[in-house]
Amino acid sequence: MMATTLWMMLDVLLALLCLALGWAAVSSHDLRRSVVFFIAFGLLLAIVWARLGAPDLALAEAAIGAGLSGALLLAALRDEPGGTLDDDVSRGPLATAVSLLVVVLGTVFAWVVWQTIDVADPVRMADRISGELSGSGVSNPVTAVLLNFRAYDTLLELAVLLAAVLGILALGPARTPYQPAGPLFDGLMRWLVPLLMLTAGYLLWAGAHAPGGAFQAGAMLAAAGVILRLGGDTNSGLPRPGMVRRVLVSGIAAFLLVGLSTMITGRDFLEYPDGWAGTLILLIETAAMLAIAATLVLAYVGGRPDGWREGPGDLDIAGDGGPR
Amino acid sequence: MMLFEELLYAIVGVGLFSLGLRGALLRRSLLGRVLAINICGAGVFLLLIAIAYRGPGLAPDALPHALVLTGIVVAVSATALALALGRRLRETDDE
Repeated sequence: MMATTLWMMLDVLLALLCLALGWAAVSSHDLRRSVVFFIAFGLLLAIVWARLGAPDLALAEAAIGAGLSGALLLAALRDEPGGTLDDDVSRGPLATAVSLLVVVLGTVFAWVVWQTIDVADPVRMADRISGELSGSGVSNPVTAVLLNFRAYDTLLELAVLLAAVLGILALGPARTPYQPAGPLFDGLMRWLVPLLMLTAGYLLWAGAHAPGGAFQAGAMLAAAGVILRLGGDTNSGLPRPGMVRRVLVSGIAAFLLVGLSTMITGRDFLEYPDGWAGTLILLIETAAMLAIAATLVLAYVGGRPDGWREGPGDLDIAGDGGPR
Repeated sequence: MMLFEELLYAIVGVGLFSLGLRGALLRRSLLGRVLAINICGAGVFLLLIAIAYRGPGLAPDALPHALVLTGIVVAVSATALALALGRRLRETDDE
């Protein structure tokens, strides 16, 4: 009984902190503060995921939700004009009306959730997943759902990522690179980058039976790229443009190749043959990890990196021709 | 039987969604709005994972976990695209 009360106190504390940090991130008039609160909120959310039995999400949230999103927003802060930085939330009667409307909406949503949360029956789905798990080629149920039971969804998700990064590349050149780092950061980089690559490899391999997988591993690799960029590496650890293009599509390509091969051998699209599922999943995940990492690094860079102009087939969509 | 944790975190999810919605409507800068929409998304994720929770000692439902994992990655790529669009817009305005 004592333990239950303690857990309840922890839950209430986490819930209140979540709401407080969310409020602070959304309502602070100072945009810089908002971004910092948002990063703290992401880290807190990672703890909540761990509390709710979702370690895969905790890893992804800490690396992507808090880490890379935070880095993206911090980099974007540099681009904001000075005027809006300090006074970013509208005031006045209209703002009050909007707030009231949102409160009413939120109350209705909360009431609906209260009424229906017991009606939903997720147990049957969870039992089906655990029943089918032994034949899926992996023992981590989340990886099994992502790359076997619902592999189609993950394939299309990689297509969404590709569309986003193509949009970013088409929008214009990257932000100006950072100055080369001083000896202290340089020394740190020499330790961090290999460690992150090692962690990425481990997470990719561990994803089959423990929390981890292509997304978390890709985020770790992307973090190495971000650190390299911060340290003044103009390529952010990316290979040549032509190679990057191939890496960007490699996730989808691996998925499609495996899917077409299973079709040629008389099965359904992405219906793995018995005994091959584990190997094929690892193959797809390796390609997906590289594609996700390259996508996230380019997302952080925020456009075409230097030297991408010369590449064949590079359209001048921005219409600005030469260097600026 | 209703789980305390499930209900608590689901309601927090709704609260975060509302906070994010208010921010997305009232923020002036694009960066602030994108940030608020991210909070909105976090609320939806929290609702999904709260429903997937089945109590202490029981394995949670993996399907919403996979959905949310996908969602986190899509959210960051959408954020990056929105910020890149905003930067491009500002550069176009300046010219």
